Amino acid sequence: MSLDLLTYIFIGGSFALYIAIAIWARAGSTKEFYIAGGGVPPVANGMATAADWMSAASFISLAGIVSFIGRDGAAYLMGWTGGYVLLAMLLAPYLRKFGKFTVPDFVGDRYYSSTARTIAVICTIVISFTYVAGQMRGVGIVFSRYLHVDITTGVVVGMIIVFFYAVLGGMKGITYTQVAQYCVLILAFMVPAIFLSMQVTGHILPQTGLGATLDSGKTVLTTLNELSVELGFDQYTQGNKTTIDMFFMTAALMCGTAGLPHVIVRFFTVPRVKDARISAGWALIFIAILYTTVPAVAGFGRVNLIETINGADSNGVEYTQMPSWFKNWEESGLIAWVDKNGDGKVYYSAGNAFEGGKPVFVEGVGDSGERLTSNATANASEVYVDRDIMVLANPEIANLPDWVIALVAAGAVAAALSTAAGLLLVISTSISHDLMKRTINPSISDKQELRYARMAAIVAILIAGYFGINPPGFVAQVVALAFGLAASSVFPVIIMGIFSTRMNTQGAVSGMVVGLASTIAYIVYFKFMGGTADQWWFGISPEGFGTVGMILNFVVAMLVSSVTPPPPAEIQAIIEDIRIPRGAAEAHVH
Amino acid sequence: MSAQNESARSYWRENLRIIMTYMVIWFAASYGCGILFVDELDQIQFFGFPLGFWFAQQGAIYVFIGLIWAYVFSMNRLDEKYDVHE
Repeated sequence: MSLDLLTYIFIGGSFALYIAIAIWARAGSTKEFYIAGGGVPPVANGMATAADWMSAASFISLAGIVSFIGRDGAAYLMGWTGGYVLLAMLLAPYLRKFGKFTVPDFVGDRYYSSTARTIAVICTIVISFTYVAGQMRGVGIVFSRYLHVDITTGVVVGMIIVFFYAVLGGMKGITYTQVAQYCVLILAFMVPAIFLSMQVTGHILPQTGLGATLDSGKTVLTTLNELSVELGFDQYTQGNKTTIDMFFMTAALMCGTAGLPHVIVRFFTVPRVKDARISAGWALIFIAILYTTVPAVAGFGRVNLIETINGADSNGVEYTQMPSWFKNWEESGLIAWVDKNGDGKVYYSAGNAFEGGKPVFVEGVGDSGERLTSNATANASEVYVDRDIMVLANPEIANLPDWVIALVAAGAVAAALSTAAGLLLVISTSISHDLMKRTINPSISDKQELRYARMAAIVAILIAGYFGINPPGFVAQVVALAFGLAASSVFPVIIMGIFSTRMNTQGAVSGMVVGLASTIAYIVYFKFMGGTADQWWFGISPEGFGTVGMILNFVVAMLVSSVTPPPPAEIQAIIEDIRIPRGAAEAHVH
Repeated sequence: MSAQNESARSYWRENLRIIMTYMVIWFAASYGCGILFVDELDQIQFFGFPLGFWFAQQGAIYVFIGLIWAYVFSMNRLDEKYDVHE
């Protein structure tokens, strides 16, 4: 069977499964639409949370990032998992006890202020849109590479599928679809990883395989270090970023994770407060299966990549001898080669092969049949390899069977769709519930609110699809912004709302405004206005600045609240109440 | 009423103490072993990994899982003790 046919079967089969689940789990009420009726078992919720959380970025890009930056990739590995400890201990149980639908619900009620609610709504929508654009793009890339349809068709198909289960099923449909998507994506990630690990080291577990000793008598990591140094890179197991930047970046990603609205809302869907803690535990186990495998995939992938391109003797391999994956990805523009020394051999080493990092393709082919480019640099490196192809190309680089490649394609689509659906739901809830019901027109009925929610979901899908087809150049840059915003606004304001009875409207609003303004200003200055790395405050990169924004938020909020009146007695009673688990079920009945 | 309040307060105090304890471990495993002291720990070999590198890319995540489940069990016990379980 051809690879194309297999890919159609795997992706088509998984889509049929998602649609069947969506029809089975239709939502009838706003409560089912927003939080699945509050009756999702913790294991299922943990799995759904894991699928929701692991986006195209985790599935496709993370191993690529780690593969190319080595030890510093730990900021993402620890940052995107450590946030769940914060969620389990500092946020989830209390928000579940509070028993409403959304993050702005909590912020608005706890701080008895529609200003605070509105700021929270804006943050929620900005964060979620930032994210969703990247997901649709991920779907498009997979479709165009494996099914040979253009990216537009890929995005439209993805939109229709998400439309089906997000708009019909709401949170209930999404949750059960995500359980299926988790199974597809984890299988798709683990199968090639286990194959790779067996092939390179003989270990079944990639986690231990990365530490294995090869036939040469050296460990995988030593081999990797030697290869890297030989080609002029830094040692793989050495860091390149400064300690302070690693520290702040990891903290921003952790606190940002704990403050992401689409993650928090998952903990509203379980029946009891203790289930909120338990589902955080399950979620992290399911996430960790992938995240602890990532370093192995990154390491093996890099060894394989270097050895395939440079050959056993490290002198390069003739372009005409390159395997088909090399040419396929070159066709997609994610690999490029320029024959700088005219020997017809492909050679990969440290330094950018092209000016500005990315190749600029021009019409025509070179002497060996390669695509021509116009911006080669003067150094010895002749190859550009896009980080994003590591996971997708790994099975091909390692010569794994075709069905594994098809499975990986289906897994990448599952990762992108599950996250997109969760985000779309958060956007539509923010509009129908937080804006329409709670702010603009409180008198609308449950039915009308549900209709608004579905309309908002449709509009959100169309906007997301538009960004997927016409991706703004700044998608990669704004991801830093999404985590920065969550860390500097949503996260501190919720923490103070739970752990301080003294925190009042004035403190929360001024804290959020200062946190947001400083973080946005720093990121915009360094990402869009040409700020350079030597101007960073204390060497803190824009990715890490969310931590500074968060600290400013805490400090300003404390100062302002200490000179303004304490919150009214009934608010203090609410805080006392959310700290005690008992009574969560009753609080939920309408 | 005031007895109930007193019990709620001491439940909360015990909860905060548990959280603090676990947060210290959380910090030590990730920021401590994975970032601040990573180069020192890298001198030690651990199943083929430099130890600091292992903490940064795998070990911290295992500790996180352990912490959440420890918190689940600690809190279930605490909820029973103060009779606030569901």
